[in-house]
Amino acid sequence: MKYENLPWLILFLPLLSVAVITLFTLRSKTVSSLISIGAVVTGFVMTLLFINANGFQFSGETSTNWLSIGGLQIDFGLKLDALSMMMLLVVTGVGGAIHIYSYGYMDEDSSKSRFFAELSLFTFSMLGIVLANNFLMMFIAWELVGVSSYLLIGFWFEKPSAGDAAKKAFITNRLGDFGFLFGILMVWGLLGSLNFSTLQTSLVANPVALGTSATIAGLLIFCGAMGKSAQFPLHVWLPDAMEGPTPVSALIHAATMVAAGVYMLCRTLFLFNADSLHVIAYIGGFTSLLAALIAIQQNDIKRIIAYSTLSQLGYMVMAVGLFGPTPAMFHLTTHAFFKALLFLSAGSVIIGMHHEQEIWQMGNLRKKMPITFWTFLIGALALSGIPPFSGFYSKDSILAQALEQKNYLLFGVAVFVAALTVLYTFRLFFVVFFGKEKSKAAAHAHESPLVMTLPLVALAVFAFIGGFIGISDKFLKYYLDAGLLRFTPLPYETLNDASREHVTNSPFLNSLLEPFSNSPIAATIGILAAVIGFFLALSLYKNASTDPLPAKLGGLATAMKNKFYFDELYEATVIRAHDFLAAVADWIDRWILEGAIIGAIRGGTDLTGRALRLAQTGNLQTYAFLFVLGVALLLYFVLGK
Amino acid sequence: MHVGLHHYLFVSFMLFSLGLLGVIMRRNLLVIYMSLELMLNAANLALVSFSRFNNKLDGQVLVFFIITVAAAEVAVGLALIVALYRKRQSAHVEDLTSMKL
Repeated sequence: MKYENLPWLILFLPLLSVAVITLFTLRSKTVSSLISIGAVVTGFVMTLLFINANGFQFSGETSTNWLSIGGLQIDFGLKLDALSMMMLLVVTGVGGAIHIYSYGYMDEDSSKSRFFAELSLFTFSMLGIVLANNFLMMFIAWELVGVSSYLLIGFWFEKPSAGDAAKKAFITNRLGDFGFLFGILMVWGLLGSLNFSTLQTSLVANPVALGTSATIAGLLIFCGAMGKSAQFPLHVWLPDAMEGPTPVSALIHAATMVAAGVYMLCRTLFLFNADSLHVIAYIGGFTSLLAALIAIQQNDIKRIIAYSTLSQLGYMVMAVGLFGPTPAMFHLTTHAFFKALLFLSAGSVIIGMHHEQEIWQMGNLRKKMPITFWTFLIGALALSGIPPFSGFYSKDSILAQALEQKNYLLFGVAVFVAALTVLYTFRLFFVVFFGKEKSKAAAHAHESPLVMTLPLVALAVFAFIGGFIGISDKFLKYYLDAGLLRFTPLPYETLNDASREHVTNSPFLNSLLEPFSNSPIAATIGILAAVIGFFLALSLYKNASTDPLPAKLGGLATAMKNKFYFDELYEATVIRAHDFLAAVADWIDRWILEGAIIGAIRGGTDLTGRALRLAQTGNLQTYAFLFVLGVALLLYFVLGK
Repeated sequence: MHVGLHHYLFVSFMLFSLGLLGVIMRRNLLVIYMSLELMLNAANLALVSFSRFNNKLDGQVLVFFIITVAAAEVAVGLALIVALYRKRQSAHVEDLTSMKL
């Protein structure tokens, strides 16, 4: 492996940028933001250099021993293979575009330097997750991501809602991480190692090494992903996290942080047995359906995209659960492109509308904001899975995976969600960009500056071509080489290479038409669902000035609008129970610990002190008397006996 | 009647006890001071008696030292009492309570 030390540099540059910004350049907005942007863009360039020198077909580690306590050996090391390289490209590439965009978006904010410092901290933590070669290092980076996301969601902490959202995100993630930590401990206890390669070798050699607790260990590990990737029932934090600045939503809550859970599942795929994967698949499917339904009746531009993210994450988790890490990672990558693009376009709309986020206040923006209009359209088409946009390929691979696994229930759910996705995406699209201006702000909207539109265009290019430039093959090769596709049957995975020859001899056309050659049923049904969704959206929302759905759906629409009352449900059960426990703990602390135990000690000391004080009269003659008494007693004991 | 060491020691003991009683019971600083001197002299008497009955001069030598030191001490002590009286217009121990809690 050439340039072995380069990944270390990529990892630590953002941390260096945090240190420099917070210590020296907080006063200068421009310098701070340039340092932060420089760190991540340099990281991107270095990643390209590294891949250029080494290609994708390598697998290596570079590590130093960090600490060893008894039998516990913990390395501080980086795992370098196709999986982490692709993620490295996504994090530094998409992250870089978002950094540059933030330069324009946060221009008027007085705390721009702090924003960029936090953004760099996040990048560092995320790179830590991506590159970690053992569970403990990943967990540390995992928590760091939690902290930096807390800081970024609560960036406008003077708004109470932002502070609450930050806390909600942090605490909900804590719940998942608790399980994750238990899972890690369990794996270590059973297998005696935390290193991914070691674990993988021992588990591939002996698939039943985890014994009867394999399912529990797998589900505990999945708890971590449930928190970070916002899967049901821990999905509630993600929509609220939209209180943060829009670039944060794009970076953390679309492209990278929420993808960390899926990435972790794909990285540690060898740990999961069929049972736990089954549970994972259904949780993912349920989340995607739930979020898609909620998204249809939201009116805040960012919240719609947030629920869409939830839904797509559900897709990815479902794909992992259906023994398909390749489709999951593929969808993760393309999703990072088009969802970041959608968020950033939404941010551009929000800036153009002077911080208005309610879609029924917008309208007809395609004339006022042409670049944003086109980039948003590309993002929306990619999200909807219209060929040849990237989303089509990745979504189709997931559909095909479900079909190959003969899981027709989840296949049905996925197709239904695909239709819903198109419906809510184009509802948003028509309401915002077509029809009449629904407010004065919409009439006076303006296009964003070049520093914001350029990243949009760059991301739009990748959202367009991401599907057929061979991203999927890289992942597939990785999993085939690693021998991780141990689950049969996997005809889709193996068919891939063989069937390719039949279609055409041009590799480009091959990859362009791949879905049809692999699984024509899945591709056709997927496109059909998208078309149905599109025409539904077209008929309902073209030129609509109010939402026609509530009248047609009645109670269901209200439930969707209120997110199926999950917040209220949690408020009534989890939070109430927690408050009760807290009250009990408070009572014990106040009355038993502090009242009885500490009170007895304190009161005893006090009483003894009071008694002893009586001897200290301050009267010289009393002292003299006591003195004589003492001498007399002494004489008695010495001489009298 | 033959007067022996015991008698002297008894007188010394009585003197010492009287002095001690005075120190403990009396309230006037001057009287307490006088009682203190009484206790010193009781000790002196005992020393002289021991010296006499043991045919050694050590005790008498020590008594001279005690008398000398006592003289110096009386000078200092009386001066303190006079200074205190001037300041407080009183030499009673009940009035001297400024160090009490």
